Amino acid sequence: MTSATPLETDSVIPAPPAIQIRDVTKTYGDGRSRVQALASVDLDISSGEFVCLLGASGCGKSTLLNLVAGLYRVDQGSITTGDRHIGFVFQEPALFPWLTVAGNVEAGMRFRRVPRAERQARVGELLRLVHLDEFAHLRPHELSGGMQQRTSLARALAQDADILLMDEPFGALDAMTRSVLHDELEQIWARTGVTILFVTHDVREAIRLGDRVVLLSSRPGRVIGDSPIELERPRRLDSPEVNALAGEVTALLRQEVRRHAG
Amino acid sequence: MPAENGLTLSADLRGLDALEIPRVEPDRPLQRVWRAGWPKAAAVAIGLLVWQLVVVSGWKPAYVLPPPTRVLGRLAEQVGTGEFWQAVAITMQRAAFGFALALGLGTTLGLAVSQSRIVRSAVGSLISGVQSMPSIVWFPFAILLFGLSETAILFVIVLGAAPAIANGLIAGIDHIPPILLRAGRVLGARGPDSWRHVVLPAALPGYLAGLKQGWAFAWRSLMAGELLVVIAERPSIGVRLQFARELSDAAGLQAMMIVVLVIGLLVDGLFFGTLERIIRRNRGLVTVR
Repeated sequence: MTSATPLETDSVIPAPPAIQIRDVTKTYGDGRSRVQALASVDLDISSGEFVCLLGASGCGKSTLLNLVAGLYRVDQGSITTGDRHIGFVFQEPALFPWLTVAGNVEAGMRFRRVPRAERQARVGELLRLVHLDEFAHLRPHELSGGMQQRTSLARALAQDADILLMDEPFGALDAMTRSVLHDELEQIWARTGVTILFVTHDVREAIRLGDRVVLLSSRPGRVIGDSPIELERPRRLDSPEVNALAGEVTALLRQEVRRHAG
Repeated sequence: MPAENGLTLSADLRGLDALEIPRVEPDRPLQRVWRAGWPKAAAVAIGLLVWQLVVVSGWKPAYVLPPPTRVLGRLAEQVGTGEFWQAVAITMQRAAFGFALALGLGTTLGLAVSQSRIVRSAVGSLISGVQSMPSIVWFPFAILLFGLSETAILFVIVLGAAPAIANGLIAGIDHIPPILLRAGRVLGARGPDSWRHVVLPAALPGYLAGLKQGWAFAWRSLMAGELLVVIAERPSIGVRLQFARELSDAAGLQAMMIVVLVIGLLVDGLFFGTLERIIRRNRGLVTVR
């Protein structure tokens, strides 16, 4: 499944992908409770690409994300991200409640021993990017869910992230906030050129955001579809084009779910 | 992306944010003091009233149970003397030193148990066992070991307070939400960084609860110790309590009991209570009116 983007056809040797997933297998537990989460998954994601990973529950999409982040170890196969920095946005904001918004964004840079002045400049920059500069001094609990998630996004970007892994980051938000955050994420992606691997179970969200939508089967997770989304940006969640594509993808997913009815 | 689009987005976000962040008018300080203070003042007044009623009822003779006015009069008299403050100073020195030792020992023990499965299964339940032992039980042994000395008193304070502090830290670490540890890991917190910037701050509420309980145990052990281990030329609150009993000075005895209560309340409420309130407020663990 090599995806030939226009950029690659210009050069003689295609640029190596930002994320290269080869034949990855992952199993949890042992004995009877053994669950195969992923079975020989292959996936290449080019630098600067926005890929949405879509699947029904239990398809191992979060597992794949955790493997790419290096939080879990693969049983078989390999995942290569080169020396790219990785930022992770969880479904929950997972902010440190004892730090302010600015402190949370700064935390990762402290661990990397970034000098103080540089840290502060970068925090200001990132908070302006997610439109939270007015709220730098607030504590996480004083923010709405959407604002917490934007703080978490700024914290991930503060890793000098070349790759942003996002695990259903807007799943718990109301529709209004969600749609505004789609716009915001798209702008940040366009402005920073970061590579995004975005896990979701919401078909329309995947089509709204992705350059490509990758479908995973359930138990074990395998890539069963990989389609470029060629609609012009910015897209709207409720546009007829997005809806039409969403209908096709949903039909595929339901077919996959029915396979498990036995 | 067109610039106009960016402007709309930023306006949308600011609108949503403004709706989400409540603007709370801060209280005036006087108002706050009054709101926190009057229920306490009322409770003290009712307590004194009940006390006075019991005295008036003639249940016990006045030389055994003097009226509150007399006890408070004695207290005022004592507070004016240098001896009183010398006794309080010695008692508080012991409390501070003993608590500091217990803090070091309890924290080390708590860290060891929370980090090592072997240490946990070896001494984990033993810590709770020692914590439930009344501290007075240790005194005969302490006196045998160290004689009637400062060391005997310190020994019992540490044994009383350290297990509570250790248990608080263990509970604090055990109850850290795993998502925070994962967040720390993806942000690159390793080893000492992870301890300093993730694990310990996350465990702080439990640890503080342990410190608070440890203080209560330390204070109780110290009072028991000062009644039992009387050292010459070392006046203390416990010694004054003991002398008041020997001299059948009921008013003086009750005045010293009030001192013991007030010191306990001050350290618990003012010191640990304030720390706890700050932490809870910062982390959004307080319900807003």
